[in-house]
Parts: sequence; C-alpha cells; structure tokens
Amino acid sequence: MEILVYLIPIALFLGGAGLAAFLWSLRSGQYEDLEGAKWRILDDSDVEGPKRAQENDG
Amino acid sequence: MTAHTRDWDAFITVKDTGYAHMDLAVDGITCAACMYEIERALQRLDGIEKARVNLSSHRLSIEWSSEAHDPAQVVDELEALGYKAYPFDPARVKERGDKVGSTLLKALAVSGFAAMNIMLLSISVWSGNSSDIDMETRAFFHWVSAAIAMPTVVYAGRPFFTSAVKAIKVGRLNMDVPISIGVLLATGLSLVQTIQHAKHAYFDSAVMLLFFLLAGRYLDHMMRRKTRRFAENIAVLKAESASRLNDDGSTTELPLSKIGAGDRVMIRPGERISVDGIVQSGESELDQSLVTGETMLEPVKAGDAVFAGTMNTHGTLIVSVTAAAKGTVLDEVNRLLETALEGRSTYVQIADRASRLYAPVVHAAALLTFLGWIVLGLNWQPSLVIAISVLIITCPCALALAIPAVQVVASGQFFKERILLNAGDAIERLAAADTVIFDKTGTLTMPDQTLLISADKEDEALQRAGQLALSSTHPLSIAVAKASGALMPVTGAKEIAGKGVEAKEGDQWRRLGSPAFCGVPEETLAEAMKQFPSASFIAYAEGESEPRLFPIGQSLRDDAEDVIRLLKKKGYQLEILSGDRQSAVKDVADQLGIAAWKGELKPQDKIARVEELKQAGRNVLMVGDGLNDAPALAAANVSLSPVSAVHISQSASDAVFMGDSIRPIYDGLQIARRAHVLMQQNLWISAIYNVLAVPIAVMGFVTPLVAALAMSGSSILVTLNAVRLRLSFLSKSQ
Repeated sequence: MEILVYLIPIALFLGGAGLAAFLWSLRSGQYEDLEGAKWRILDDSDVEGPKRAQENDG
Repeated sequence: MTAHTRDWDAFITVKDTGYAHMDLAVDGITCAACMYEIERALQRLDGIEKARVNLSSHRLSIEWSSEAHDPAQVVDELEALGYKAYPFDPARVKERGDKVGSTLLKALAVSGFAAMNIMLLSISVWSGNSSDIDMETRAFFHWVSAAIAMPTVVYAGRPFFTSAVKAIKVGRLNMDVPISIGVLLATGLSLVQTIQHAKHAYFDSAVMLLFFLLAGRYLDHMMRRKTRRFAENIAVLKAESASRLNDDGSTTELPLSKIGAGDRVMIRPGERISVDGIVQSGESELDQSLVTGETMLEPVKAGDAVFAGTMNTHGTLIVSVTAAAKGTVLDEVNRLLETALEGRSTYVQIADRASRLYAPVVHAAALLTFLGWIVLGLNWQPSLVIAISVLIITCPCALALAIPAVQVVASGQFFKERILLNAGDAIERLAAADTVIFDKTGTLTMPDQTLLISADKEDEALQRAGQLALSSTHPLSIAVAKASGALMPVTGAKEIAGKGVEAKEGDQWRRLGSPAFCGVPEETLAEAMKQFPSASFIAYAEGESEPRLFPIGQSLRDDAEDVIRLLKKKGYQLEILSGDRQSAVKDVADQLGIAAWKGELKPQDKIARVEELKQAGRNVLMVGDGLNDAPALAAANVSLSPVSAVHISQSASDAVFMGDSIRPIYDGLQIARRAHVLMQQNLWISAIYNVLAVPIAVMGFVTPLVAALAMSGSSILVTLNAVRLRLSFLSKSQ
C-alpha cells in the first residue's frame, strides 16, 4: 500500500493541472463569447496561401 | 460638418497600453457571417488595433492607437455595411467584465475539482470499510480529503457565507443561512472525526453540496446576465444623447450623463426629446403619447415645459435643461413611483418563505435529536455527531435548487418568446396574476402613428404623396411615407413649418400637409372626421386636381384582438386605463370587446384603480409604456412593458417584451403558470426527501455514503423536474 503515498499526490497534481488550465482559460477571456467561438474555428481568413489569394481576388 | 460634432471622448476609455477602447452595441448581427464581415471591414481601417465582435451579446469592442484614428469612421463604416451601431457610455455600463460571474465560475471550478478528488478517496474508504482497510490507510485518506476540503470550503463557500452574514445582520433568514451552517458543521465535524481516527468523515458531502449549489447559482447568474445585456443594448441603441448648444453657436452631441441642469440643448425636427426643460426659443408641436397617452399633438412655444420621451415634430427648439422641476408631471411621477416601489418590496419570494419555515424546523429537530440521545443514555459526543448528521442530510441542497432551477429554465423560455425579465421573482408574480390592465396608447396600439385606410400599392396619389412625405419629419408624413413604401424623395421639396411640404414640378405644385394648406374644403374635412373620429388628417394636393385626405392615427397592434380573446378564454379579467380622450379609448375598447375602460386618467388615478383592484383581492398585471404608466407599473403586483416604452417605465416593470406583437403577454403568462406549478412540485419533492431522510438521520443510521447518495439524488431530481418545463413547450411547438 506504500505506493499510495506516490500515486495520490500524482493524481492530485494531474487534477490540479486541469484546474489551473481552466482558471487560465477563464482569465484569458475564452468564456466571454461562446456563441462566436464556435464559428471562429471555421473562419479561414487567417490561413496564408494560394486559396486565400484567390478569395481576395474574387 | 463643423457646426455639429459628436463628442467621442465621452465614450472612449484609454487603456494602460496606450490604446483607446470603445464598446458599441451593434444592431442587425444575425449570424457568424455578420461577425466576419464587420471584423474584416474594420481591420482594414488605418490605426485599428483590434476589432472583435461578441456574437453572444451583439457587441463590438474596438481598440486603436489614440491619435491615429477618428472613431466616427467606425460608425460610418458599420453604417455602410448596414449595421446600426451606438457606443456605450462607460458611465452607464456598470460592469464591462462580468466580475460576479467569473467569481462564481472560479468557485465552481475549485469545488468541482475538490469534489471529484475527495469522492475518489471517499469511495475507496467506503468500500474499504466493508472489507479490509487498515486504520492507517483510512486516516491517511481522511487527512488528504481534509487538506483538499478545508481550503475549498473557505474559497468556494464565500458566496454563501457573505450572503448569510448579510441576512443575519438585518435579522432575516435566507436559504444561505442553513446552507452555511450545514457546510461548516459538516466540515468541522469531519475534521474532529479525522483527528480522532473515526470511521466516518463527511468532507465529500460538504464539498459536493457546494458544487451543486454553485452550479445552480452560476446558471441563474448567466441567464440574468444574458437578458440584462440585451436590455442594455436596446437602451444604448435608442441613442439617448442630446445636442448641447455651445456659446459659439456650434452643437456637440453628448451622452445624457454628460448633460447637466442649465445646459442649453438643441432639438431638431423629428427628434425625441431626451431631457426635461423649458423651451427658450422656437415653436413646434409635440407628440406626447409616450408621456401622457394623449394622441393629439400639443403646440409648444418659448416658456413651456417639455419632458423627456416626447417627440418633436416640425420645428427646431432650444431647450434649457432643468433638474427634475418641482410640480411637473415628471416630479409627480417620480414621487408616486417611489411610494409604489416601496409597496412592492413587501412581497416575499416563494424561496424565502420556504426557508423561513424550513430553518427553524430543521434546527429544532437537530437539537431534539441531541437531547433525545442524551436522555436515552448516550454520551454527549456521539449524540452531537448524530445531531450534526441530521443537519448535514437536511442541508437544503434540493430546496435551494428547487426554485432557481425552474427560474433558469423559465427565463430561457421567456427569452425565446422575446420577453426580457428584469426581476427573477417576476415569474411567481406573473403566475398569480388574474387581472390584466392595459394602457392604450403604445401598448394596445402601435407606438407610432399609422395610416388608417388600407395602403394600396396601385393608389397613385398615395405613392406620390409618400415620395413627398420623405422630405418631412412630421409624424403624419412619416406615417404616409411608411404606408406608401416610397423610397425616392422628390427633389426640390421644401418643408414649410407648421403647414407641410411642397415641391414644384414644371409649373405644377405638389403639396402635402395640413388640410387647409392643401385647400381641402371644410365640409369634406368635417365628413371625414365623422368617419374617423379619433384620427388626425393629412392632405395631398397636386395641381388643380381634387386634394386627397389621409386619416392617420393609432391603429391596434395586429394581434391585439386575438390575444385579448385568448386572455378572456383563460379567465383573466381585462381592463383599459388610458390618459387619452374618452372617445379614443372607447373606440379601442369596443373594438377589442373590453367592457371595463377608463379614459383621461392622471398617473395617480391609474394607481388608485390598481390599488382598488388589489384591495378587492385581485392580482394585477399592468401592461403599459408611458411615463404616466410608470407609477401604476410599479404599484401593480407585476408589470410588463413593450420595448418602445420610455426608460422610466421599463425600469419600473418586471419584464420587457420585444417586437410589434402583444402575443408575448399571453405566452409569458402561460409559461409563468407552468413554471409556478413546477416550483411547487420541486418544493414538495424536497419536502418529501426531508421527511424520508430525517428519521434515518435521527436514528443515527446516516453514513457519509447515505448522505452523498441522498443529497445528490434529490438535487438531480429537482433539476430534471425543472427541465420538464422546456419539454412541455417543445412538444407544444412541434
């Protein structure tokens, strides 16, 4: 059972890392606009390359 | 334009980074394509550092390097794209970042993390307790749980503790008092048990309770925030600003918060007056329908008082701003409003009523349990443990979720039906309403004047009149222009103050204006007035041909008759209280088949009638939009106002409905009734849960496992029951 002394802190650390990541995402304003965010991933305008150039011409 | 400038500085905040920041409400954003379009167009402008549309709240935030850019360009660019935008006045937007929301979300995240990890340890202990866990391992698990739970309770429990302390300070009990006591006792008891190497600890219960309750609070908060944001947008897009006349004769457009008493304000034809004041110079006629309910235009000249909310028709006025002048309508309204609002605050929310009943009963039960076990010969310490376990298991998790869960689902339904709630407890009060009082002007009728005869696209005279009407700002002309659908104004049309518009085509005159101006014979006018007794008339004449008369007036909202019929069928008692002339009110009442109506009422008369009905035991829903309705809106048990209402009425009412239809009134009442049924069911569910759980706890059979199962089970049950509201309306709409 001594293994628990290592495993529990590891489990807590992983959970804590998840919590920290969530708090970071909250602080950086990622929950401000949930409606817009789901559409922004489909927006290609930040993609450089020939496809983008075509779009601009047309 | 050099003579008229908008003072942008009032809307801009300069950030620490040196960039200027401005938030705008944008009207017309319907989908993601609008978002891309606006952002790309704005980013092409010089100097714009950041332009980001928030698709959830329909707001745009832009940042630019301070000197490089003129913010007017942004609004112009948006207008060119077809979006109406208006900047937020930083003084009026109280919270840009949602502080309360992010505090709740952080607390929710922390308690969620803690609940999961403690439960992981607890389940190991529970299964170990029934097999072969040794003392040391259990103690170790309990200590780890304690190390996670203690800081979590302190951090995530703050919203409840502060609210409980506040309530106790003013000598009241709210739901947060028993919650705080329960959580603190559960944690304290568990700590003592842990130190004594006892078999049970309740850390998981305490933290899970916080997690469930915080989830409920957060959802509740988000719903409120969503509706509040839309309400703020609507207020901002109304562009409540005023043009201050400077000493050098130029004018500056400023948000209302920057206008003070003594300032001189210029009011152009067709503008809604946004301040109270005394006319210094100029003559015009005012449309006071939003203030008094009167639909006839009121002439004003130098020395007369004007009120915010009235519409200037055809003349330019210079108004000297007064602070709420004594003895004016507004002053009277404000005084009545204050007393009326005090009356409403005596209403006790259903949740508070439940907690007033609940807390003493449960705490007495715990005390009796403690004394009972001592009498039966148990030591004081195990007796105390059993007594505390009674408090833990009755900790009002389900009870605290019972009402908010329904409120959240119901506000979502209201939002879908285009109703924005100002007050959370409005749902309960709407459900109780059995009498509906309507204001006439702007509530049962359309807020703007409209053409009373059906507009025929083939009607050439109307078409030509409409083209001419485009050059005028008079409300009657606007009605003609709207009805005709004309788009091309007549070149060279001139507005003659107090008479109408005229244009010369070749050597023929075209005139639109007062019947006298267009040469309508007295007899024709008298006959037309008989046909449309409550209408105003505008005439159109062209050359030598016979002039046409167009009756303009308040027309009923399209679905008013249907909605009134539906309300009657449901058994609501209906009544009209209006400030307009008797004849005009009678017309509308007859048309809708409402027998009880009163006209020519002052604000205090409306209140008196509302009070009279309340005395008679009726639950009154008041629907109104005007300044004169505001006190009655506040005095009624519950109130609604259309989005076109004056600011003071909107803030006095419990909910605002959008659009040209009054159908939301009926839908809102139905949703509220259904929601109220669910609230009561939820209270019963939590009551039954307590009736079942308390005896088990009193007998001392409650283990942490039983507590965890019982508490989460009852919370999930009430939440699922609340969601049924959504299902019942889904199936109806299909």
